[in-house]
Amino acid sequence: MKPIRLDPYLPIIGVLGLVAVWYLAVWYQIVDPVLLPSPVDTFRALWNGIAGGRLGFDFMRTLERTILATLIAAAIAIPLGIALGSSERVYRSVEFVVDFFRSTPASAMFPLFLVLFGVGDKTKVSVAAFGAALVILFNVAYGVMNARKTRLLAAKVMGASRLRVLTDVMLLESLPQTFVGLRNGVSLALVIVVVAEMFIGSTDGLGQRVFEAQQLFAMPDMYAAIFAAGGLGYGLNLMFLLVERQFVHWSGR
Amino acid sequence: MGRESPVVRAQEARVPTGNAGEVPAVTVRGLTKRFPDAVVYDRFDLDIPRGKLVSIFGPNGCGKSTLINMITGLIPIDAGEILFDGKPLRDTKFGYVFQNYREALFPWLRAIDNIDYPLKLMKLPKAERRTRTERMVASLGVKIDLNRYPYELSGGQQQLVSVMRALVVEPQILFLDEPFSALDYEMTLFMRDQLQRIFVETGTTTVLVSHDLEEAVYLADRILLLSRRPASIADYVRYDAARPRSDATLSQHDFVRVKAHCLEVFQREVRKG
Repeated sequence: MKPIRLDPYLPIIGVLGLVAVWYLAVWYQIVDPVLLPSPVDTFRALWNGIAGGRLGFDFMRTLERTILATLIAAAIAIPLGIALGSSERVYRSVEFVVDFFRSTPASAMFPLFLVLFGVGDKTKVSVAAFGAALVILFNVAYGVMNARKTRLLAAKVMGASRLRVLTDVMLLESLPQTFVGLRNGVSLALVIVVVAEMFIGSTDGLGQRVFEAQQLFAMPDMYAAIFAAGGLGYGLNLMFLLVERQFVHWSGR
Repeated sequence: MGRESPVVRAQEARVPTGNAGEVPAVTVRGLTKRFPDAVVYDRFDLDIPRGKLVSIFGPNGCGKSTLINMITGLIPIDAGEILFDGKPLRDTKFGYVFQNYREALFPWLRAIDNIDYPLKLMKLPKAERRTRTERMVASLGVKIDLNRYPYELSGGQQQLVSVMRALVVEPQILFLDEPFSALDYEMTLFMRDQLQRIFVETGTTTVLVSHDLEEAVYLADRILLLSRRPASIADYVRYDAARPRSDATLSQHDFVRVKAHCLEVFQREVRKG
């Protein structure tokens, strides 16, 4: 008889362990039951919220904003990153500025963007796009700059023009790093969107849902919204990984 | 040009062609190249005979690869003139095979599309590109699944794809920069013979930079031995054994003698440093 292969199921152990610890904490009332509802109550709230409740709607709103912000960021940052990366001297001259704003917490920009765009969706999306764009820009530029020298020479020696070297080699060489930037960018965009939904006069979105549930002391709802946000972040990352594997099949090989 | 060695004279007596009547494919005159820390070439002259396979061998860091990189325009020269049949580089079709095939092939293209790429740059119509590629693959008798991506092929297969990519444009001259040094010994032996077959079949003038003296002599019609920096021609040795050469060639008197002579020149140059 073949031994059952356990390896694919190992990740489940962590999940079961967490739920078990949670149950024990509730059972022995280690934590105040008002602050920590049981897993059953929480998952019921999650199920009810997603299937026809407000939570599903909020989930979609947050998803929309995050995707929109990432798309805007990518549309600006990818061409710009290529332009910067294809000339090392140009990049070196703006590197400090890019690095500085990349290191600036995007949440510190909220007041400024509020003045510029008001309290609507525009502000949330544009701050998220701002943060994501710098991350993507940085990665694309590095991807282009670190294109393998030999590959560029190979194209050149076969008679490729500078433009052909850029489009046929540099762009493709930078794709793996571009995807790293996109994945980091979308994660950051989600963080910013959720924070913005909490504090910038919002009527929907997962951030608003978490915040409102907490204000109303609806603890199962609050945990449900937190798990929904976690699921969203994990799902987005996974989606980009799958797209990457499809488009950048040579990455790491 | 270089000192005449006894070996060379003995061979010239036996094969009375000498250098007369040999049309140079490449003429290098007064080539000068300085790096920030050293003069690599100082008024260097060289003829590469047409239809021959020339191996370049010399001490580490003497500028073997630099030489072919300057001839092919990958590195700018400081002074001098390099002509292909009297014409400048841009009017010449040549092929170049890099040592590092992993970084020279395009991993996002299938092997067949890698080979096709230089033809695409020449703006040939698709039908003609396919005809040329298929003809070349058939004439070389290559048994690789060319619909695979480079990273799905073995090292030797990848380098063979590189060689085909260089050959598909039907170059007037083919340059190879230590093409087999990243392969294991078994594959190196196999690839040597592949290269020899290609050379016999196409008769393309070939310049091979090698760090393996046995390989340099085995494959060559001429072995160009370079001195230390600034590089000059320490000797330009003829080796006229009939092709195809095989393992048996390696133990033939002629081969052993030429190789011993080259080694002696090499050792002399190394000791000078």
